[in-house]
Amino acid sequence: MNPIYLDNNATTRIDPAVVAVMLPFFTEHFGNPSSIHAFGSQVGKAILEARRKVQALLGAAHDSEIVFTSCGTESDSTAILSALRAQPEKNTVITTAVEHPAILSLCDWLEKEGYVVHKLKVDKKGRLDLDAYKALLTENVAIVSAMWANNETGTIFPVEIMAELAAEKGIMFHTDAVQAVGKVPMDLKRTKIDMLSLSGHKLHAPKGIGVLYLRRGCRFRPLLRGGHQERGRRAGTENAPSIVALGKAAELASEHMAYENTEIRRLRDKLEQGILTQVTHAFVTGDTTVRLPNTSNIAFEYVEGEAILLLLNKQGIAASSGSACTSGSLEPSHVMRAMGIPYTAAHGTIRFSLSRDTTEEEIDRVIAAVPPIIAHLRKLSPYWNENGPLVDNPEQKFAPAYT
Amino acid sequence: MWEYSEKVREHFFNPRNSGLLEEANGIGDVGSIQCGDALRLMLRVNPETDVIEDARFQTFGCGSAIASSSALTEIVKGMTLDEALQISNQDIANYLDGLPPEKMHCSVMGREALHAAIANYRGETWSDDHAEGALVCKCFAVDAVLIEDVVRANNLNTVEEVTFYTKAGGGCASCHEGIEEILAKVKAERSGPGEVSPPIKSIEPSVAPKRTLVQRIRLIEETLESIRPMLARDHGDVELVDVQGRNIYVNLKGACAGCMMEAATLGGIQQKMVEALGELVQVLPVSYMPKSAS
Repeated sequence: MNPIYLDNNATTRIDPAVVAVMLPFFTEHFGNPSSIHAFGSQVGKAILEARRKVQALLGAAHDSEIVFTSCGTESDSTAILSALRAQPEKNTVITTAVEHPAILSLCDWLEKEGYVVHKLKVDKKGRLDLDAYKALLTENVAIVSAMWANNETGTIFPVEIMAELAAEKGIMFHTDAVQAVGKVPMDLKRTKIDMLSLSGHKLHAPKGIGVLYLRRGCRFRPLLRGGHQERGRRAGTENAPSIVALGKAAELASEHMAYENTEIRRLRDKLEQGILTQVTHAFVTGDTTVRLPNTSNIAFEYVEGEAILLLLNKQGIAASSGSACTSGSLEPSHVMRAMGIPYTAAHGTIRFSLSRDTTEEEIDRVIAAVPPIIAHLRKLSPYWNENGPLVDNPEQKFAPAYT
Repeated sequence: MWEYSEKVREHFFNPRNSGLLEEANGIGDVGSIQCGDALRLMLRVNPETDVIEDARFQTFGCGSAIASSSALTEIVKGMTLDEALQISNQDIANYLDGLPPEKMHCSVMGREALHAAIANYRGETWSDDHAEGALVCKCFAVDAVLIEDVVRANNLNTVEEVTFYTKAGGGCASCHEGIEEILAKVKAERSGPGEVSPPIKSIEPSVAPKRTLVQRIRLIEETLESIRPMLARDHGDVELVDVQGRNIYVNLKGACAGCMMEAATLGGIQQKMVEALGELVQVLPVSYMPKSAS
């Protein structure tokens, strides 16, 4: 049986058309775009073309606003550190409690370095309180960084509104849009977003390529110095094959945007309903009304995520979990904790993330595979008896000595 | 992310002795809510002989938690209670051909459930003796709570001291920043200005002093002797096999043999050797010894 890959929020398969366009840049067109000779100038032209394709996908006003980086994490670090260095009189960063570690780990480190970091809380559905956000927009704030869409739940934040609110106070706004680009239509020139991070491998381009969108006029300090590449904003010889690949991937993403939001959404909804009608004590996490079309995060109560993944993997199905045990840390996902999901459910969260490669037949197989796995694990669970969770309040009924 | 042994996978996919044990007379419920594991161990003990006649489990947890529970029930069946109390978490891990360092706490949970179940049978109350924190040193599976406790109790100031007391940081060294943070935190709590912890001093072997072969071997043996107590804590041992120029061949024994930490253990021994001998030597497993010389 063919394996089924439903972990596209982790990474995607490189589109064969993308591989095809990048290959000549390893062999024939190997020149350094900085060189004056023909070897170099051909590559320079290809990079410009790729830049314009990314510009088109993002709806940026100028192609020079696209800065190629090595990954989403580099783009995130560049954005936040730039804002702090370019505005030394400001010492505060606003972000959210559910960001990717690329932002949160950096912010934790900044706090140790003496900066003030406010992490906006989310409610049970993973939504922000915009009034609380407004109250924090003071003159000390150098930058706001909020993700466009959450990688675990797919919940979309109103970043365009948040950027407007920040702009009114003269505060820079950055968004980590790694999960949203290619799935959410964007027209950055009509927004007040100053900086945006994207990552190639989340949209069928290779790993090791990212973009920082940098609005013209936004004060900037580079992370890497040492060359004039990317107009001095990101030194280092251009990763030409991957840049060309990302250009192609951006073009394909634009073409598939409608498909993602209709057909993929339909398959995602079918998967979700197919599972939830068969499995009791399971629920979708996050805000199902404003959500990425490809993501479904289901919490299965009284079972643990890694165990589910291992059994799914045995049937060739790949997904991911917010369980502590899959991350190597002891705590379940910070996103689930921020939403106040109880531990017995947070440990059993499974994220299914589809892509344009996903087929109906695959979804049918997953719908058939999941319920027996959950039933098997619940049979092993001390929180569960033959008929369901231990009556009334299982967490009180089974109260182990926690160590 | 991590590879489970065949045995872990087998016990996870086909758990032994799962489900309720109706006639249980000793029940141990333990768990770690943050970690997402909870285990109920049920024993049926023969009151005449104190022999565990049957054991079953129910586990909410990951693959290795379920496998550890399954292994535990297999191990204890037929044992007397006193025999069962001798089981260490390492025994459970060994039964499964080892667990990844991040998962060693699953075997700890198994041992705790066993102690809790026996206490329950005997009408005693059981309380756990440790709190578990985030894993800091992955090479030696040492968590933050343990490091913090040891730092506080022994007034430690440097990463080197922490390594000496807990082994944390003695392997790949990537957790040194984490250990430094714990040191800084504890230091900040202490009243009065603390000592500034010096950076880890790199080993700079001075010119090797002239020693006869016998003197050298004696020194090597002495160094191994000093390491032995540390290995013994994990039910392991080490034996010197041969010294050939810069290469010291040793045989890891007991729990150390085939342990997934073998490389880290040898690295630690090598570091001590270099310090003791004042020359650059390599500590190698006996399997690396040239065939002709063996």
